[in-house]
Amino acid sequence: MLGWFKKKIARPASDEEVSPPDQQEEAVVGEPGPEEAKSILHEDVGVLFKRLTKGLAKTRGGFIKRVDELFLGKKVIDPELLDDLEEILITADLGVETTMDLVDDARDRVSRNELADPQALKAILKERITDFLLSSDRPAELVMPTEGPFVIMVVGVNGVGKTTTIGKIAHKFANAGQRVLLVAGDTFRAAAVEQLKIWGERVNAPVIAQATGADPSSVVFDGMEYALKRRYDVVIIDTAGRLHTKVNLMEELKKIKRVIGKKLSDAPHEIMLVIDATTGQNGISQAREFGKAVDITGLTLTKLDGTAKGGIVVNICREFDIPIRFIGVGEQVEDLRDFEPEEFVEALFAEESDS
Amino acid sequence: MFDNLSDRLNKVFRDLRGHGKLSEKNIQDALKEVRMALLEADVNFKVVKDFIAAVQEKAVGREVAVSLSPGQQVIKIVHDELVKLLGGQAEPLELGGKGPAIIMMVGLQGSGKTTSSGKLAKLLTKQGRRPYLVPADVYRPAAIEQLTVLGNNLDIPVHPSKVDQDPVTIAKNAVLVAEKSNYDTLLIDTAGRLHVDENLMAELQNIKAAVKPAEILFVADAMTGQDAVTVAEKFNEDLDITGVLLSKMEGDARGGAALSIKKVTRRPIKFVGVGEELDALEVFHPDRVASRILGMGDILSLIEKAEEVVDKKKADKLAKKIRKDAFTMEDFLDQIQQIKKMGSLEQIMGMIPGLNRMKQMQNMPKPDEKELGKVEAVIRSMTADERRKHQIITASRRQRIARGSGTSVQDVNKVIKSYTEMLKMMKKMKGKSTGMGKVMGGKKRRKRPKGLMR
Repeated sequence: MLGWFKKKIARPASDEEVSPPDQQEEAVVGEPGPEEAKSILHEDVGVLFKRLTKGLAKTRGGFIKRVDELFLGKKVIDPELLDDLEEILITADLGVETTMDLVDDARDRVSRNELADPQALKAILKERITDFLLSSDRPAELVMPTEGPFVIMVVGVNGVGKTTTIGKIAHKFANAGQRVLLVAGDTFRAAAVEQLKIWGERVNAPVIAQATGADPSSVVFDGMEYALKRRYDVVIIDTAGRLHTKVNLMEELKKIKRVIGKKLSDAPHEIMLVIDATTGQNGISQAREFGKAVDITGLTLTKLDGTAKGGIVVNICREFDIPIRFIGVGEQVEDLRDFEPEEFVEALFAEESDS
Repeated sequence: MFDNLSDRLNKVFRDLRGHGKLSEKNIQDALKEVRMALLEADVNFKVVKDFIAAVQEKAVGREVAVSLSPGQQVIKIVHDELVKLLGGQAEPLELGGKGPAIIMMVGLQGSGKTTSSGKLAKLLTKQGRRPYLVPADVYRPAAIEQLTVLGNNLDIPVHPSKVDQDPVTIAKNAVLVAEKSNYDTLLIDTAGRLHVDENLMAELQNIKAAVKPAEILFVADAMTGQDAVTVAEKFNEDLDITGVLLSKMEGDARGGAALSIKKVTRRPIKFVGVGEELDALEVFHPDRVASRILGMGDILSLIEKAEEVVDKKKADKLAKKIRKDAFTMEDFLDQIQQIKKMGSLEQIMGMIPGLNRMKQMQNMPKPDEKELGKVEAVIRSMTADERRKHQIITASRRQRIARGSGTSVQDVNKVIKSYTEMLKMMKKMKGKSTGMGKVMGGKKRRKRPKGLMR
């Protein structure tokens, strides 16, 4: 999945053994031809899911009851089952429109006798949701430019976890032997610069910053200049959290993007929107407005280690064709995973229960 | 996007004119629409189910008031029920008792605890209290610094917490300091945590046991989806919260989480955060939020938004200019920029209740942001003289302006025409002392018979 490993491998780097074992495994997944990759993926899904559920089980208290029971316990698809299905999808934040689309389609198929049993229904649902998630034409992995720094601009509403995500992404790149520079573009929130600096220390990446209250575009200008002069491989730009309805703040974001583009013509290569998994239907509005302002190229879904399913991304992918890059599953530096649609859909249908 | 709920309900009841009573049968379809609206607003699935059942019971058999259509009657019942559920009226903080009152702020990561702590401290200062800010988030990088900076900006003392201290110790020490220094209210800003993290939830319980807070405010993001119930329920179960602070309400989230949280915790929503500035904290208005959850437009928010953008001084100046007949192209440009500042035109129109119902709106020229941009470009390509006196703009000047602004002569003509039309309208307004309302209302006065003309 990690496309940027391609560049790493292309470069004469010998730090293969430095990477932790799970990253190597994923690098392999990204490398081979499509067919081969598919088969490896297929084998790995089970392992990946186990790892994810294990990670989540710790925090969820280990009470994961699979909704499979819903499908397994019944011999026929009856209206009650469809109602339960509607509840599962809605409570996962898939939204009324997407849910109705899926449930109505299921109902039609049942009346046309296309579905033999609940298992067949489940399979078709999973397939359709996965299709929504994969509807983007753009590649799911980050592809680094062949030359010059890879510039990532991170945007989102307040409190979704932009800075934490940046720390984790920086860690991933640093582990892969890349030289990473962080740019503290959040000059508004109190102590945001300090927060990024602490992350910089943790992952051993320098941080370009000015005082709180400075013009973010000016910080970004400095950062780009510094990165180009010292030939950094990756530049990650933090921006202040802003609600997508604030017109002047969205203008500020456009300006930051323009400044980056002026320093390096094809940059920023990635504009990543961070979405909190607890977000409801407002996520659509967020994706729309940020997309209008700066043309989002990728998503990261954070805080999936709670009980929220993050189903809003299904809705977002369905409507805007943006690929999901990563998911955040904890506060530790390594708690950022590549997004795997199959395992995500599987988790949508996993229900925790208190019994 | 879904249509406005009232529009949809009107559709449901179209064939129902003349029926005097809401029957079980005809209300079912209406409630289906209400259910959709609530789910779209992120009200929790189960909460919606209970709510709809309750409303149905209330509504069946009710006479439709003479002045209302059946759709309006349903909305009224639903709206009233929502307001009741959301808590009728605002409830103040309970800070009585001896010794310094303690407020504990709890919630998920990124819900806005620290910013809200700062805002609340400011509000308390205004009420004549002496608050003391206590950062107890030793986990997130620079969390303590964040509250310290806020405190310094507000000129409110902040407890010197250190990251290697235990949050319980911090809280205890802070109480001692407050007693000595005569601070009467402590605001303890705890670390954001997941409700499923038992260790961290236990830490909150320990803080609570150690300092016995008068208020435990659960801070929740207004954009939260279905999971709001799970989170609120767990926080309430472990800590027995005393109230809720709903943050980030200035966005366009419908805020259904408010209803979910209120329903499962039965604790009042005390405040809403409405901006990043430190005075952007308001008491909770159940009726406003109820309309918003139903997606029925929020005229108050619209007014507030307009007030936020429109510069009072500029508006006064403009009024003077209109009176003196000195409304220039420059002012015209100013107006356009103010409209643009309010946000996308669609968004503004969405806030006006019932606007989409007006069929004529569909035939109206769609407000196009690109067009506005063009108008701006055209005016900017005029010289100062041309902006003041549009009469001097000759054909050759028009050509120059078109070239300068990257538009066509037709575009330039259009701009000048809409400007002169605005001038004409203003003259009319000036002409009649009561004219303002009439002109704005769009109703033309009937022409008087010739003989009566002055």
